[in-house]
Amino acid sequence: MNGSPLWLKAHALLVFAFLYLPIAILILYSFNGQGVGGFPPRDLTLNWYRILFNDAAIWDSVLNSLLVAASAMFIALLFGIPAALALDRANFPGKALFRRLVLLPLILPGIITGLSLLMLFRVSNVKLSLLTIILGHGTALISVATTEAFAGLQKLNRAQEEASLDLGATYWQTFWRITVPNLKLSIIGAALLIFTLSMDEIAVSFFLIGRDNTLPLEIWGRLRRGITPEINAISTIIFMFSLAAIVLWYRLRTRAEVTSEIAAELVETAGS
Amino acid sequence: MQAAKKNMATKTESATTQTSPSTSNSLVSIRSVAKNFGKNIVLRDISLEIAEGEFLTILGESGSGKTTLLRILAGFEHPTSGEVWMSNERLDTQPPYRRRVNTVFQSYALFPHMTVEQNVGYGLSIAKRPAAEIEQRVSEALAKVKMSAYAKSKPSKISGGQQQRIALARALVNRPQVLLLDEPLSALDANLRREMQVELKALQREVGITFIFVTHDQEEAMVMSDRIALLRSGELEQVASPREIYSRPATSYTAQFIGHTNLLHADVLNGTAMCDRLTWPTTIADGEALFSLRPESIRIARIAPPAIGQQKAEPSIRFRATLRDQVFHGATELLRVECAGGLLLTIRTASRDLPKGPLEFEFNAADAVPVRATRLGSNAPDSASKDSASKDSSSVNSSSTDSKPKDFKVQDSNTEVASPKFIKSVKKESA
Repeated sequence: MNGSPLWLKAHALLVFAFLYLPIAILILYSFNGQGVGGFPPRDLTLNWYRILFNDAAIWDSVLNSLLVAASAMFIALLFGIPAALALDRANFPGKALFRRLVLLPLILPGIITGLSLLMLFRVSNVKLSLLTIILGHGTALISVATTEAFAGLQKLNRAQEEASLDLGATYWQTFWRITVPNLKLSIIGAALLIFTLSMDEIAVSFFLIGRDNTLPLEIWGRLRRGITPEINAISTIIFMFSLAAIVLWYRLRTRAEVTSEIAAELVETAGS
Repeated sequence: MQAAKKNMATKTESATTQTSPSTSNSLVSIRSVAKNFGKNIVLRDISLEIAEGEFLTILGESGSGKTTLLRILAGFEHPTSGEVWMSNERLDTQPPYRRRVNTVFQSYALFPHMTVEQNVGYGLSIAKRPAAEIEQRVSEALAKVKMSAYAKSKPSKISGGQQQRIALARALVNRPQVLLLDEPLSALDANLRREMQVELKALQREVGITFIFVTHDQEEAMVMSDRIALLRSGELEQVASPREIYSRPATSYTAQFIGHTNLLHADVLNGTAMCDRLTWPTTIADGEALFSLRPESIRIARIAPPAIGQQKAEPSIRFRATLRDQVFHGATELLRVECAGGLLLTIRTASRDLPKGPLEFEFNAADAVPVRATRLGSNAPDSASKDSASKDSSSVNSSSTDSKPKDFKVQDSNTEVASPKFIKSVKKESA
């Protein structure tokens, strides 16, 4: 580090600033007594937070988002993990195709996913509500659960499962006592990733929204009426929670002493 | 079905020679087991009786089907045809978890998310034994493999040799009827491996459980086994005790795979075998025959005739030969000699300095063991000296004008390198 040229250090500093300066400003202005205008921030205050805590609409949207994220996570894991098991273990016609297609919703622009789901719900006469958003997020994020679980299964030493069968455990017992504990990190990783992706999803939600707003849509709606430091305040709170989640996950990972690329990946993804 | 028929056809010409134990104390009975993976035939018509308390080694090169056979016994593979029985119950139709068979895996396959103690107790806890019993049996098992101190460790924190002991304890604690071991020592370094060989054998005697051990290492097989089942390309080549399989190999493949040997291609006429200018009495029928003569069966002849009474019944064959090469191996030494007719032989003697020039050697006629030539595409040179050498004499001629190769493998001694003189003499004889 000491021997490296000065411009490299400067470059690193610049990249770091580029990445984190906007967030720093966002946080700083949530305490600004003068609203969003003016530099430097003056009259530091917690007033915006006070307003925020009394804003029922924001808190409704936060609860909606949490509900959507948790439900989408559940749905995605419920369907995604067995799909990963099928990809890893079963042989069926069209397996290679399935393996590629399962990734498609991840690559597909959210607009297309959202629009196609909207048309499906229209055709089948389903009224748009939080439920449609949950279904939308759930299906779109199955691919995340599948790929993460599949990566975990690929790393699993199959001899362990054979050893378990050999020691008298049935296939079901082996799955719960050997396979799942070995996949634990992959599953937690997938769950956190799905949760965060669902929390800040806008494109799909935009098409499927009913009467109740999710947090990103609520924020987006308010921004059209002008930026208030209240938005900065809620963003700061979300940022703090994300940070806490990442730290928690990181410590979990080091405790499990598994060098998992997924974890590193997740830290990167969640941090962005 | 097609494959099954093929197997039936090969059955009649199977090279299997079995010294089967009395069927009364047979614990495991493998009956005409065959296994195909698609078009790939891995095992053909394997029949084998394994006695209670026996240490049987399934020996073979990689690709011989030995691991597949073990996995059929454990229940991870199903035979394409044939049956496996244990204690008069059909075994091959049972799932792995209902067999009273436990396995020590090549990779040990310890559960990384459990402590050593939990690993060893896994089978008992699955069987829902009372906690107190589990605790007692686990600590006994750990004591038996000298790993009590590591009960609370995670498998990732202990060495390979220690993991292997845990894998052993985890299997044995369930008191299986048969313990299967899939090359468990192959990942250990040479010294530890030798140590574990002795320990494993002692442990097997102590617990009295039938061990079925799979390895590609013939030395390992010799050290530990009560019997060795030699597999070659999915067929049983020979099943016998280490002593018998070494001293009375049934085929040229066995003779070459287990230890080193000189393969002599001889013509037998009226009870006399003749190879090049060597002749010795034999009891087999007239015709062409292959003999295995171990390097250590050939001695340097003493000037004085051997002590009276020592070798009265055994006619010893004497011949003169010139020393061509000498490889020092510590306790013993490999000599490569050329007989008067040009025949090259490998001899193992106690290390000593030898004068260059003609020496006299001898061997007992009984040590020249007639073996069946191994058929099919084996990469080992099976038909010895005369035939192969004379067939491609031109290539031999051009490639090995050097009559003193610096290093050599004993198995190949009779086929790979022959001196021009040797080929000439062969031609003369065959003319």
